[in-house]
Amino acid sequence: MTGSAGPPAADLPADGSPSATSSAATATSPVTAAATSGANGEGMLDGELLLRAEHVTKYFPVRKGVLLQREVARVHAVDDVSIELRAGETLGLVGESGCGKSTLARCIARLYPLTSGTVVFEGQDISRLSRRKLRPVRRELQMVFQDPYASLNPRKRVGAIISNPLRIHRRGNRKQIKQRVAELLELVGLSPEHINRYPHEFSGGQRQRIGVARALALRPRLIIADEPVSALDVSIRAQVINLLDDLQDELHLTYIFIAHDLGVVRHVSDRIAVMYLGKIVEVSPGEELYKRPIHPYTEALLSAVPIPDPDLATERQQIVLEGDVPSPITPPSGCRFHPRCRYATEICTQQEPPLVEHGTGGHLAACHHPLDGGAAAE
Amino acid sequence: MSAEPLLEVRDLKVSFRTEDGVIPAVDGVSLSLSEGETLGIVGESGSGKSVTMMSVMRLINDPNAHFEGEVVYKGRDLMKLTRDQIREIRGSGIAMIFQDPMTSLNPVYRIGWQIAEQIRAHEPISKQAAHARAIELLTAVGIPHAAQRVNDYPHQFSGGMRQRVMIAMAISCHPDILIADEPTTALDVTIQAQILSLIRKLRDDFGTAVVLITHDMGVVADLADRIAVMYAGRIVEQGDRRDVFYDAQHPYTWGLLGSIARLDRPKPRRLSTIPGLPPSLLRLPEGCAFGPRCAHRFDRCDERPALLAKVGEGHLDACHLDIERKKELRETTIHPELIEEAK
Repeated sequence: MTGSAGPPAADLPADGSPSATSSAATATSPVTAAATSGANGEGMLDGELLLRAEHVTKYFPVRKGVLLQREVARVHAVDDVSIELRAGETLGLVGESGCGKSTLARCIARLYPLTSGTVVFEGQDISRLSRRKLRPVRRELQMVFQDPYASLNPRKRVGAIISNPLRIHRRGNRKQIKQRVAELLELVGLSPEHINRYPHEFSGGQRQRIGVARALALRPRLIIADEPVSALDVSIRAQVINLLDDLQDELHLTYIFIAHDLGVVRHVSDRIAVMYLGKIVEVSPGEELYKRPIHPYTEALLSAVPIPDPDLATERQQIVLEGDVPSPITPPSGCRFHPRCRYATEICTQQEPPLVEHGTGGHLAACHHPLDGGAAAE
Repeated sequence: MSAEPLLEVRDLKVSFRTEDGVIPAVDGVSLSLSEGETLGIVGESGSGKSVTMMSVMRLINDPNAHFEGEVVYKGRDLMKLTRDQIREIRGSGIAMIFQDPMTSLNPVYRIGWQIAEQIRAHEPISKQAAHARAIELLTAVGIPHAAQRVNDYPHQFSGGMRQRVMIAMAISCHPDILIADEPTTALDVTIQAQILSLIRKLRDDFGTAVVLITHDMGVVADLADRIAVMYAGRIVEQGDRRDVFYDAQHPYTWGLLGSIARLDRPKPRRLSTIPGLPPSLLRLPEGCAFGPRCAHRFDRCDERPALLAKVGEGHLDACHLDIERKKELRETTIHPELIEEAK
């Protein structure tokens, strides 16, 4: 491979085509793809379309039997979801456990193959690419996981963890990689002296910083953060959120930020999509969602966020949703939220509401009884 | 407090001997809990809040642990009881639920069996009667179709339902005190709201006193009567709920209140944070343990502040700052977004 002889990684833009060529030397076809995406990347301004997911569907088969492994049912994890993402923005993805938000994120990152639908990233359809052809795409699209205790290998030193993507993608020689790791540690607010420590020597918040540093190693354009702060203490949460915020400004990143808590995503998100049982039920510009929720599920999610003020907390009428999210193997008919919805009527059990625009500001919701009184554009 | 407290912890000290030295996990904590009262204990990971309550239940069996102080429950010092005696109190007198309901339940036994077993350990009733009680309890904690679900295994339950099962087990022998150690931390916000409203209902129905341990001030806001804030093994502020929320005296409490992303407020440009990390208990700073992270530190902070009632009866804090000065500083830490908006 020509990787080691290639230009140093440290001062090369992530989407620079020379190193894409060198690392993909064995496969000729992705070079063109990487080169075009690189060209797009250089000239792309904030606000241009970075990613478009259309009709993304992911079913997991439920199998039975020892030999034949008959498929007896399907888990409808993500069902016909379409979203767009513009360069430089942050999309918050919110919903309860089991609503498919992580599955959707993993489909977009192509960590799962799609059942159907397409994902277009930087103008290239990545939904059917082979593993090898995905490699250059992976450089641009990285993930940060929820549990910093589980997502870092306990037997590897921090330096090895962060440099792993650099070594896989052959970004520079040993010295350059070491220098880049030190840079990354500093970038996420850790000391470069920590390079030889093991993950257990860090607190939860620091570990999440390591996860962020690893995701940033290849200078990606899009970072998918899957519940990055849910496992952290409230006081540390704010630190990590601020860090992600700063990094976005500094490195012009685009985020998909997943959380189950509307309080957390409010601070980082330009737009928010609320998911329920494999479907997007509401999409809205950030603050709009908090001021004017349309879907009853969004209303309930908002109401569930604790308010750290005794008087207000006692005063407000909290909507406590009964029960859990129903099984995605046999999702309810019609509107999937109807068994838990306090406004549900006959029509909700029969017809699935379409995701339609309410008002003009790009606020979409899928509900037969929208909270804005049915101002939906017909 | 008017009546004799139900549970009183007096100057509890718990330390662990380790290879690197002695870790003072709990350093002189005093608490009291009256009948039917709800006490919230708030602090970051490692502040000693769980160790305090585990010690009260005598659940720490580590041979390297060293205990000092008294835990008086109904006139008896729990620290001096034998293993059999403490066993009687656990469950029927004081019950505890933990953060992770999956590790607290045995995966190879049916839910009903696990509840019945624990009832039969404390009361002389038949297996059938215990099983019937298990169904009743599951219904009481809001498990639908309890009569069928009682025969399920823990993995067939969702996280929220498992926590309900834990609560059912905890209340099965009508304890006077329920200790809930981060009962909702592993759960979704919607399920958190369910569990908190269940704990509130049980408290109101049975008059159980509750100790709620959490790292989230939001969780205790409408549930706790009194709140103790812990930092590095000590209580730094303690008082009635309203005092702690509306007249917080310790900069650490301000930090906790300020770092929550609040939905009832305009969005701040930046979330306020508590800088730095909790100190290592092996190398606690001289003086105020919060000093190195405190924005308002001054010379006197090199001297350890005592937990004293300076602003009113029952409202204790351990901070050297002048009370008047605090009033000015506090607002900028807790409500930066309101100040931002006023500008």
